[in-house]
Amino acid sequence: MEELLKILQKNACADHADIAKQLGISLAEVEQKIADYEKRGVIRGYQAVLNEDALNLDTVTAVIEVKVTPERGGGFNRIADRLSRFPEVRSAYLMSGAYDLLLFVEGSNLRSVAAFVSEKLSTVDGVISTSTHFMLKTYKRLGVLMETSHDDERLTISP
Amino acid sequence: MTMNALPSLRDRLALPVRDIPRSGIRDFFDIVSTMRDVISLGIGEPDFDTPWHVRESTVFAIERGATHYTSNLGYLELRQALAGYVQKKFGVGYNPDNEVLVTVGVSEALDLALRAILNPGDEVLYHEPCYVSYRAVILFAHGVPLAVETRAEDKFRLTRAMLEAQVTPRTKVLMLNFPNNPTGAVMSRQDLEEIAAFARERDLLVITDEIYAELSYDGPHDSIASLPGMRERTLFLHGFSKAWAMTGYRLGYACGPAEWIDAMMKIHQYTMLCASSLGQKAAIEALAKPDADISTMVDEYRRRRNFLVASFAEMGLACSRPAGAFYAFPNIAKFGLTAKEFALKLLEEERVAVVPGTAFGACGEGFVRCAYATNLEQIKEAMKRLQRFIKRLA
Repeated sequence: MEELLKILQKNACADHADIAKQLGISLAEVEQKIADYEKRGVIRGYQAVLNEDALNLDTVTAVIEVKVTPERGGGFNRIADRLSRFPEVRSAYLMSGAYDLLLFVEGSNLRSVAAFVSEKLSTVDGVISTSTHFMLKTYKRLGVLMETSHDDERLTISP
Repeated sequence: MTMNALPSLRDRLALPVRDIPRSGIRDFFDIVSTMRDVISLGIGEPDFDTPWHVRESTVFAIERGATHYTSNLGYLELRQALAGYVQKKFGVGYNPDNEVLVTVGVSEALDLALRAILNPGDEVLYHEPCYVSYRAVILFAHGVPLAVETRAEDKFRLTRAMLEAQVTPRTKVLMLNFPNNPTGAVMSRQDLEEIAAFARERDLLVITDEIYAELSYDGPHDSIASLPGMRERTLFLHGFSKAWAMTGYRLGYACGPAEWIDAMMKIHQYTMLCASSLGQKAAIEALAKPDADISTMVDEYRRRRNFLVASFAEMGLACSRPAGAFYAFPNIAKFGLTAKEFALKLLEEERVAVVPGTAFGACGEGFVRCAYATNLEQIKEAMKRLQRFIKRLA
């Protein structure tokens, strides 16, 4: 992966002038590259990584394993796309193994997720079965630990 | 001082110890540690955490009871892994049975190496500015230190001519440290060939401290031990502190001719017994996938190096472009202050800690060491303060 993307993936807010200095290229080049990546759809967006547990929200997140019947021609894509378009679905992956699609579904409460599964998800043509697991606590998201106190243990001056 | 201290005790101290001043770094640390909100560019160790799989394996090592003495040389499994790594990375083969010794950091290895080889009065050539301990360990081993001054205009590289000017018939050892602390200098293969030829012609033994080898930013690192005719006269020192961010584990190693390693092992077995068993287990784990661990850190250091050098250029501070380790050594002589005065004033007025170049040898006067083993936000803020500071001085 290009170094510019690595920097942005770690910190999307990184100052573009600072990035230019780190990579030894001009600010204009950095801006141009980022614009290109956005245009090509490589960069799909910029989001804050929130520790939602700390916000005491009442929302719930479920991880749902979905078995589906693949279609001739399109395989899993059409149905995966159809399921992904539900705003309740935060993430969707095609998996190897015992089931086909893995969905991360968010709802305002347990009942709303249950309703989504029984009324929307299960009734979609091609969905054979679902298995729903509710998340209890988040320890790490997108490579970021949710609880750290990171004091520098090092001596302030050393040889 | 306690009430019943002997008044004459100072006179009874061993002379080489009594006469060596404390490290300049230590004095500076005492000042910095009394102050708050200091951004320190004075830290000579990585800011990265030790890779988690290494730390996790240390916990596992405790759980399964790897808490006893090991072989004096170190676990054979570790020595085998080290020999494999050194062969692959540096292109020099060593026999794990008798040519590899695991030590308590490179510091112990260096001490053992000199004590094993020096008789009183034997001279040791080394280059300054250099790591703070070199002169001291030579003196503790009853050797005579011969400092060769490297210069900013040569990018702090060592040349044959510099060595020729200092060498005498009593010179026995040449000590090298590239990539260099505090200058960040590296030596190309061509540069090293010149030094190797000198060592061979003068029949010198060579000790090469390559603790920063992996942290080379502009090209591959070459070891003098890999040059023709050098393996048999060279002791290669390396360890896990810098590239793996394992400073507190205190784990280093020496590779070299069996006779030299065996002599070092004798001192080691009577004074240290063995390096920590836990550190050794961690090192075995660290060698399992070195490239994956190191490359992320190297990329980050390189970016910070670029940032720092660009910032110095913007504020008109002359700095030989560092190509290794995580130090930059800018020249501050034009402000009319000594390195120590500059560092103290910068600390007092802007709360930025850098280390006076004189901590690394007299020829470090006019320079300060800025370590970039600190995150970019801190470096950025430090550069802002430094710029403000030198604007006032100018």
